[in-house]
Amino acid sequence: MTEVMPKGKLYESQKLALLYFWVALALFGAQILFGLLAAWQYLDPGFLYGKLNFMTNRMLHINAMIVWLLLGFMGGVYWFLPLELGREVVGIRLARFAFFTLVAAVGVVVLVYLLVQYGPGNAFTLWFITEGREYIEAPRWADLGIVAVMVIFLYNVVATALKAKRITGVVAVLMFDLVALAGLYTAGMHYTPNISMDQYFWWWVVHLWVEATWEVLVGSIMAMALMHLLGTPRRIVETWLYLEVALVFGTGILGLGHHYFWIGTPEYWLGLGGFFSALEPIPLVAMVVHAVYDAGMHRMQTVNQPALFWAIAQAFGNFIGAGVWGFMQTLPQINLYSHGTQLAPAHGHLAFFGAYVTAILTVIYMALHQVRQADWPRFDSKLWKWAFVLMVVGIFGMSAAMTVAGFTQTMVERAIGGSTWQAYIEAQTHPWFQNGMVWRFVFGVFFLVSYLVLLWDLATIGKGRDTQAKEVGAHD
Amino acid sequence: MEIGWVETTIGALFATVILTLWLSRGSGWLEPRFWRNAAWVSSLVMTGILVYLTMDSLNQIREGSARVPAYTVINKAIGLKRDYEKHRDIPVIGEGVGFFGRTWSEEEAYVLVNRGKLTLQSRNCMDCHTLLGNGAYFAPDLTRAWLDPKWETMVMSMTGKATKEEAMAEWLQHPDRYPTFARRMPNLHLSEEETRALVAFLKWMSAIDTNGFPDRFAGVQ
Repeated sequence: MTEVMPKGKLYESQKLALLYFWVALALFGAQILFGLLAAWQYLDPGFLYGKLNFMTNRMLHINAMIVWLLLGFMGGVYWFLPLELGREVVGIRLARFAFFTLVAAVGVVVLVYLLVQYGPGNAFTLWFITEGREYIEAPRWADLGIVAVMVIFLYNVVATALKAKRITGVVAVLMFDLVALAGLYTAGMHYTPNISMDQYFWWWVVHLWVEATWEVLVGSIMAMALMHLLGTPRRIVETWLYLEVALVFGTGILGLGHHYFWIGTPEYWLGLGGFFSALEPIPLVAMVVHAVYDAGMHRMQTVNQPALFWAIAQAFGNFIGAGVWGFMQTLPQINLYSHGTQLAPAHGHLAFFGAYVTAILTVIYMALHQVRQADWPRFDSKLWKWAFVLMVVGIFGMSAAMTVAGFTQTMVERAIGGSTWQAYIEAQTHPWFQNGMVWRFVFGVFFLVSYLVLLWDLATIGKGRDTQAKEVGAHD
Repeated sequence: MEIGWVETTIGALFATVILTLWLSRGSGWLEPRFWRNAAWVSSLVMTGILVYLTMDSLNQIREGSARVPAYTVINKAIGLKRDYEKHRDIPVIGEGVGFFGRTWSEEEAYVLVNRGKLTLQSRNCMDCHTLLGNGAYFAPDLTRAWLDPKWETMVMSMTGKATKEEAMAEWLQHPDRYPTFARRMPNLHLSEEETRALVAFLKWMSAIDTNGFPDRFAGVQ
């Protein structure tokens, strides 16, 4: 590694990364809050009815998630990039400008969501209030802003690499991936009255972002993290990263077909989508193998315990949440009945948490180590274990509850009831479903508590006397 | 031989493996170079196939195609029928019955359905309902909403309207007035024109061939 900064000193890019992390964490809180409001509305439909409807809470819940994960990824890249390339990021002022613009824009979008909520059925609403397309509800002006920010981000990565005259394998993958990421987002910005075509390209953002470009982005970030965290040799990390790209893009691009079963698209997608999406868990299994091997090599000890545990949680969480819960409903023979039930959010919650939240938390803990105790051999606290365990239990609890509810819908509404309005009501009032919603809320509260513990730990770890480093198992 | 999904799958995997091996000749499979080639090749092969299939799919889902009907379908009777050979439900388009008491020209039908789609997006329907199974799960799936028996068995008498489309439009304008479940749809202040457009959109969507989703809607025979 061509690390030239003295220990304890930070690059400007890393200082900016910290801002990204704190705003990301604040939005994580907003995501949990609006999620809980929406979850409560399942139990008490009269709650805030007509004032802050489910649709608004749900939109804020999922949009806060997308934005905070993106901020977390960008923070992660800004954190590791100067270490990877051995120099300050080019265009740091531009990066700072993009950051504050993005934060201001997010603020405006959230205020409009909360205060205006919806508009008349015309182009003005799509441009300035909401596009009303799940996940990419952001109004068109904000879409353009997101692409602009991504372009600045891409420029900074490319320009820094060129200036440093050093394009490592990780940075090459990162650049390639960011081009795809920014490009794909524009696929979600077109309007058409034809709902089949609308959803066809909508999935180019929703699937190809989340199941392809984000996976590779997070793979690049974890690759850089592992080199610093475990001292894994570059050759090994980069070979694994290439393997992951080959498998993620090799299975995920045509795995897109599992969203093209029922939207009006031709029959061949049933076979193609089923086959390739069934292969999608393979790279995730590979990552688990690697993580277990690496952690075992180090006897679960490293300079940064919380980061190590979150990194292992990432490998397992990605495999279980995205791989197992996804595979469960990906074959068309099953999906015909499970599509559009609570099984989808069960998978979504586990997968987003397992694949992305854990990765960002790994990087945040690594960053805090450098900020607060760069010269100490071991970064640890008592509290992080509580946050870790509570959070994992919370997310599994929510997903388990939604899985039970989803199976109930699959059977009562879809398989037996014929999917009508009345069949929907019968499934929603079934005790199995209703218990599922109660437990989802209970574990949601649990998750909120774990978030507060996590925040407290992040604010205090490495400060004060009780965390004096115990010199055990300091790694090579 | 017609190229189906099996041939495409085998071809894609075969091409990826052969090209990777050919480009990496001379290096072992544990070397970074091998997997860098694999990453490039699989990304390009799969993207190429996706682009080709996208052109084909877009062609097959143009409005007015066999799978996605023309907007003037709102003038026709729409039903579902079981295809016992393929074991799936397919939409059947019947004779002209009019919509809101008249027949809509191609241009008028387009304007109406388009307005319906804009209304659907502006009211964020997808964050409670599912459309073609995609969206949120707080409210019923709308894929075949036009064909739902509840409009005739409950909503028409509730609203006192003589036709299904009028009952739907009235219900959509005042969902808070006509509760059907503990969870009520909020009043989203749709204008009369917007509700008509929305009903047209729902009717048009119900005639899309969705490869049999949802299965046996309302116990179709």
